[in-house]
Amino acid sequence: MRARALAVLFGAVLLFTAYRSTRPREEHALLTTPDKWSARLRLDSTYPAADGEQPYSVHNVPTGFSLMFIAGILSALLGIGSGIIKVLAMDQTMRLPFKVSTTTSNFMIGVTAAAGTGVFLRAGQIDPTLTFPVMLGVLAGALLGARILARTNTDRLRQIFTAILVVSALQMLYKGLRGSV
Amino acid sequence: MSDPSRWSDHAVEQTIGRFLQFGVILAAGVVLIGATLLLVQHGRAPASYAVYHSAPEQLRTIGGIVRGALALDSRAIVQLGLVLLVATPVVRVAFMLIAFVVQRDTIYVAISAVVLALLLYGLLLGRA
Repeated sequence: MRARALAVLFGAVLLFTAYRSTRPREEHALLTTPDKWSARLRLDSTYPAADGEQPYSVHNVPTGFSLMFIAGILSALLGIGSGIIKVLAMDQTMRLPFKVSTTTSNFMIGVTAAAGTGVFLRAGQIDPTLTFPVMLGVLAGALLGARILARTNTDRLRQIFTAILVVSALQMLYKGLRGSV
Repeated sequence: MSDPSRWSDHAVEQTIGRFLQFGVILAAGVVLIGATLLLVQHGRAPASYAVYHSAPEQLRTIGGIVRGALALDSRAIVQLGLVLLVATPVVRVAFMLIAFVVQRDTIYVAISAVVLALLLYGLLLGRA
């Protein structure tokens, strides 16, 4: 019951965020006074862009941390939403460049999934006949996507992300309302 | 070990990047072999997902999966591929921990130690 309420709540929040993320924003907002936690953890860095290494600042680390905690709970509960919320937290709250957000999220999902998989495996909830087509498809797609990423336009990437955000939000609302959580 | 340039952030990233790729390709290869065997052995059986069956006991532990895979049980080989895929980021975190210890980076040694402990707990002990 609580999981259903959570799914509905987050579906609604995601829809709202999708609407908000359609507004354009500064890709490389450099801070003059750095975030205290970002400075302590030395999070500010550079990433390779079309016109060479681009520096970026990391904002609002504590809020980002809290959102990641929620993303972890949601992904274990619903099986969806983790990556979406990670990208949103890094993009909207921590203000990372979009490609840094998506690639970091991609790796983080591997780590988050590793934490949950052992539990599911011991509970006998991983069926190999279902795993293999999913895994082979996902891996092929991920390798292809990583090759395409370097030469993709960030605005286009953001549009695709927003579309997927809407689909994911509707899926979450549906799961919550129908009670299949 | 004594050459500090081998442990610079960039060098560590390069090594880890190659390792992650290797882990993923190895896992995909194992799953592909398992999947082929699975289809050859059970491909003609009609799919039945109407009733949920939990995985058999021997596919629930890493020891059981390894024994099954060595006995060429196709389901165990697929599970082994999954375990390899999941283990890849765990080994990555362990490698980062070593790199941070060499760099004497106290904050990141602490962070990666906590992450690694949580991952190992989830993988080896955690209960649903």
